[in-house]
Amino acid sequence: MFILLGMPVVQIIIFGFALTNEVKNSKIAILDPSKDAATTSLIAQMEASRYFEVDQVIHSAEEIEPIFKKGKIKLAVIFPANFNEDLQHFNKAQVQLIADASDPNVANTLTNYATAVIMDYQNRITSDRKLPYTINTEMRMLYNPELKGAYNFVPGVMAMVLLLVCTMMTAITIVREKEMGTMEIMLVSPMKPFRIVIAKAVPYLLLSSVNIASILLLSVFVLDVPINGSLVLLVFESLLFTLVSLALGLLISSKAESQQTAMFISLVALFLPTVMLSGFMFPVENMPLPLRTVSNIVPAKWYYSIVKSVMIKGIGLHAVWKETLILMGMLVFFLGLAIKNFKIRLA
Amino acid sequence: MKSVVVNNISKRYGSKKAVTTALRGISFEVDKGELFGIIGPDGAGKTSLFRILTTLLLAEEGTATVDGLDVVKAYKAIRQRVGYMPGRFSLYQDLTVKENLDFFATIFNTSVEENYDLIKDIYSQIEPFKDRKAGKLSGGMKQKLALSCALIHRPSVLFLDEPTTGVDAVSRKEFWEMLRKLKEQQITILVSTPYMDEASLCDKVALIQSGKILSIDTPEGVVRSFGKKIIAVKSSNMLNLLADLKKTELLEDAYPFGEYHHAVLKNESNEHELKNYLQQKGYPFEIKGTDPNIEDCFMALMKN
Repeated sequence: MFILLGMPVVQIIIFGFALTNEVKNSKIAILDPSKDAATTSLIAQMEASRYFEVDQVIHSAEEIEPIFKKGKIKLAVIFPANFNEDLQHFNKAQVQLIADASDPNVANTLTNYATAVIMDYQNRITSDRKLPYTINTEMRMLYNPELKGAYNFVPGVMAMVLLLVCTMMTAITIVREKEMGTMEIMLVSPMKPFRIVIAKAVPYLLLSSVNIASILLLSVFVLDVPINGSLVLLVFESLLFTLVSLALGLLISSKAESQQTAMFISLVALFLPTVMLSGFMFPVENMPLPLRTVSNIVPAKWYYSIVKSVMIKGIGLHAVWKETLILMGMLVFFLGLAIKNFKIRLA
Repeated sequence: MKSVVVNNISKRYGSKKAVTTALRGISFEVDKGELFGIIGPDGAGKTSLFRILTTLLLAEEGTATVDGLDVVKAYKAIRQRVGYMPGRFSLYQDLTVKENLDFFATIFNTSVEENYDLIKDIYSQIEPFKDRKAGKLSGGMKQKLALSCALIHRPSVLFLDEPTTGVDAVSRKEFWEMLRKLKEQQITILVSTPYMDEASLCDKVALIQSGKILSIDTPEGVVRSFGKKIIAVKSSNMLNLLADLKKTELLEDAYPFGEYHHAVLKNESNEHELKNYLQQKGYPFEIKGTDPNIEDCFMALMKN
């Protein structure tokens, strides 16, 4: 009953407010060596729009790459030295926009917004002059120059497939044993209950490894998505995430009494949040605080961000150690809970 | 040492609002190597009792030991040494006969060869079908396979929960013959069944109804304690006959029994009066005295 009446309310709220592809208050970095009247007023205009928020001002071109790798900013606006002078003398100036295109949708939106703000400024200062000013914007899409969608969905699909195979299948097969009555005989045997469960989980761990391999092979050779970072790290993180999913599956199986329940819990409690809150479909940054808080307990969010960093941006463990630790913590927590909840008897 | 001791066991299901009491203070003992039958209708609490003894459920009250081991504290040790065959066929349906047997031998840390002599008589009957999937076997063959799997580790106590339910008459007879042979191996067997005619095949029987034990005795003892005269009556219209039998004051009870109705006389000397009563009804009938058997005793016990 609650599901019937509550579902539309929750969905309207989530879809209406939280899950928008619109980008708000994106953090940007500014490199402005000229610091003249034109750049200052242009920066002020950018900051005044609700799309951008200047996160940091940098002082050299070398700083650009590292701050992108940290993942703090989505866009960098780079002015040349003598921006105003160029504009006044040659009626022409250049601005470079560098976007983090590991999420191509967001990158595209952001560069469009930025260009619009710059054009708007250009038109305003030109309005009372005969000879028009032109500000050329030059764009660079970092990590994904061709703005390929695959760069975005490969990490997302990996998170989804692993979660589906491991969590749902593990939960369902164990609950199936309960339904068929085979669990009853297995319990009345010297087999340790924990060994039964591990034995049920191992095949899915192997299956998932095959899945990881096939997704990676397909994305490299068919979709031309490169693995820029360390393959070993990527595989390690994927296995870690697989284990978290397995632990979740075990936890569900200890609670669910029928295969339908197990499937329902897996879908509602795991699959939907993974699709909506992992950042794969909708950017997490734009969600209201409550949803952003909830998204932190979705394991896929952390895995998705790790895969993007390692695979697309090509950065190492030093940049994803926080996410890795969170996943490890989740693994310990869920596994502990699953073992604690495992029933050594029937009821 | 007693093989199984049950002391004042009670089991309830459900929360505070809707409590179902499955067992109400049950106590009994089973000797080593005994074939102990627990007879009772569906819902009497047989399965609950078996699950408590096989450490699958916890009783709310009372204690029980199997092989001298407490079912709560020593559940791990008990799981090593009992054989259990649940009421529902619970083997892997998508494995073949042989695969199931090998699988259960492995999880009990033994091999099929090691205890083959114990299951030889039973398993040889299904061996021709050893490559067939367990789910595709007939009811009787499924039971034989399940029994083989429950015996593969040479258990000291065997729990069989309604092993003959849903099995044809011939297979049922064969099954009981197998149990008698197992007894010779000094395996204690607890078997539950809703069929009263199977009671006479046990060494000792406990009649259970609504979670209470009505009587525990040898089958002969149960019959001896009956102490009432039974008359078998037959007529062309059995339905009218039963109605008439139920009306008369001369009888304690009347119920259908095979092709006859059994009438329990209140007073042994009343046989002649019953004959007169039925002659007044004006239809042909056949009447004869008969010895009470175990079913008559149970009918009487359950009525009280």
